[in-house]
Amino acid sequence: MKLDGKKIIALGERDGVPGPAIAACVTSAGAEVVFVETECFV
Amino acid sequence: MDPENQDRIRALVDEHGAGDLVVVLGAADLESLEVAAETVTMGDPAYVGPLAGVQLGLPVVHILEEDVKQQVDAGVYDEQVGLLEMTLDVDQVREAAQKFPGRDGA
Repeated sequence: MKLDGKKIIALGERDGVPGPAIAACVTSAGAEVVFVETECFV
Repeated sequence: MDPENQDRIRALVDEHGAGDLVVVLGAADLESLEVAAETVTMGDPAYVGPLAGVQLGLPVVHILEEDVKQQVDAGVYDEQVGLLEMTLDVDQVREAAQKFPGRDGA
């Protein structure tokens, strides 16, 4: 899945990779982040 | 998945269309991953949120997948995910990601 030019929904998790970290990564890959969230499944 | 997030995601699909959207997950818990991936593809499996019965069919990837990692700037990835990559069960997550619904839409 090519991320460059895509609009990203970043759904992180508190006990995994948080949303803002995902957002920073995909932005560097050329994608646009349209939603960032860090869920907590506890 | 939180019903509020389901509502936001549905609104984003209405706004942008499903064609250019990609969901990138970060959860390490396998059950959480399965539920999140199913919710944005087949609909809310718990049938309680706004996406109950709504098949968005969005492509889903995980930030720990090798294919995703390779597209990210190495310095950024190391800074944001590097430490977590060492502590989380990356192999388990990658294996689970291979079974995400809609995988063939990539």
